[in-house]
Amino acid sequence: MPVQYTGIVEEHLAVRNAAGIFDISHMGEVTASGAAAAEFLNHVLTNDIRRLAPGEGQYTLMCNERGGVIDDLYAYRLSEEVFLLIINASRIEPDVAWLQAQAAKFPGSGELQLTDASHQYAAVAAQGPRVKEFINACIPGASVSAMRVNAVTDLRKNQIGGFQFENHSVLVSHTGYTGEDGFEIVGSDEAIQHLWNRILAVGQPFGIKPCGLGARDTLRTEVCYPLYGHELDEDTTPIEAGLGFFVPLNKGEFNGRAVLAGQNAGGVKKKLVAFKMTEKSAPPRPHYPIWANGANAGIVTSGTQSPSMNIGIGMGYVLPEFAKQGTKIEIEIRGKRFAAAVVPKPIYRKT
Amino acid sequence: MSNIPSELKYTKSHEWVRVNGDTATIGITDHAQHELTDVVFVELPEAGRKVKAGEACAVVESVKTASDIYSPVSGEIVEQNKPVTEKPDLVNTEPYAGGWFFKIKLSNAAELNALLSPEDYKKQTGGSI
Repeated sequence: MPVQYTGIVEEHLAVRNAAGIFDISHMGEVTASGAAAAEFLNHVLTNDIRRLAPGEGQYTLMCNERGGVIDDLYAYRLSEEVFLLIINASRIEPDVAWLQAQAAKFPGSGELQLTDASHQYAAVAAQGPRVKEFINACIPGASVSAMRVNAVTDLRKNQIGGFQFENHSVLVSHTGYTGEDGFEIVGSDEAIQHLWNRILAVGQPFGIKPCGLGARDTLRTEVCYPLYGHELDEDTTPIEAGLGFFVPLNKGEFNGRAVLAGQNAGGVKKKLVAFKMTEKSAPPRPHYPIWANGANAGIVTSGTQSPSMNIGIGMGYVLPEFAKQGTKIEIEIRGKRFAAAVVPKPIYRKT
Repeated sequence: MSNIPSELKYTKSHEWVRVNGDTATIGITDHAQHELTDVVFVELPEAGRKVKAGEACAVVESVKTASDIYSPVSGEIVEQNKPVTEKPDLVNTEPYAGGWFFKIKLSNAAELNALLSPEDYKKQTGGSI
């Protein structure tokens, strides 16, 4: 995926107001199947996989024993004993190595098959408020596997269905990374290439635009979705990142649980906050220092000029005493400090 | 493709230079603004600052990233273009006119000979104008 096709702002606004399509083929796909797959995944992932019926998915995290995040991902239950994990491109190798090492220690590993299918699949994301008006025309008909529905738009949030597109099988999920309604579709290279062209053609009267990594980043920043390598890494926990919702501590033992439960009860040393610039400045950028009360208080992890609001916005880790909404902070930009304020997540809300 | 006026001189780092007597006006090229797209912020050197050729002395920010702007020549900044700091998209809409960055009083006019001609700059940016 290029950084941009026609311009980040134009692409960003197309997704907010109409529709955009992203080539997300770089994402990794791992399947876990077998009688022990659910139990294994529940041990290596933070969210409770038992809550998923076939055809449902959930956002979840994979943590090390220190509670640090190895990756954040989507886990789908395609059938009772078959799961699909959609993982970050930059984390395919460490994730697969970690999963294999965990499987080797897992008592039920005889009934577990792990497969890195990242090279077999391509994927696109169609995102934006108008996508639902034309996606059924792109992928017509009822689903044939996973969640059984009569049409793509009958999939509820986080559901996944297998559909026939031309003579290909594709998996369609009602998910996205933009804060807008939309669908993500995984399939073979050939299927996805055809589908890309079809969505662009059918979506054209609705204002669809091909969108690049730049718009993907500004869209997810406005709605405060974390990006691995920015908000998340192996030394940062989901609790620090404000993702406790995806860490049900009472589900039983899982990797990192002791540390995460300790942080949940006893507090954290840093907290992820969202902020807006409150005076005119250059846009905040990753690694810029954050100040509060005249002292260094943290560091920016993501920042940009918001194309929707036309102000500088960002996320960053601060000392917990400065994480309250409304706290006045300063962002250091090339040696000078500029006023900002901690704001609720998401930074951007549709009005 | 991108516009490369014949009366200007250029740098490899995509600045343009318009010479008028002992003063040079500096901006970034149409090619550069096209690559950056959506300029949202411009930071310029104050009048009176002395800069050396090749010194980073201004910053232009697009939605995606911050880029340093290098002074193509040595001398003293005599004027900055205030309007472009208030309306940064002038860099996109008028890179060679309202989107200029600063004026500099040359301390070594011989440095102008080291700048690129429009033809050489065109070759560097990959051909067609």
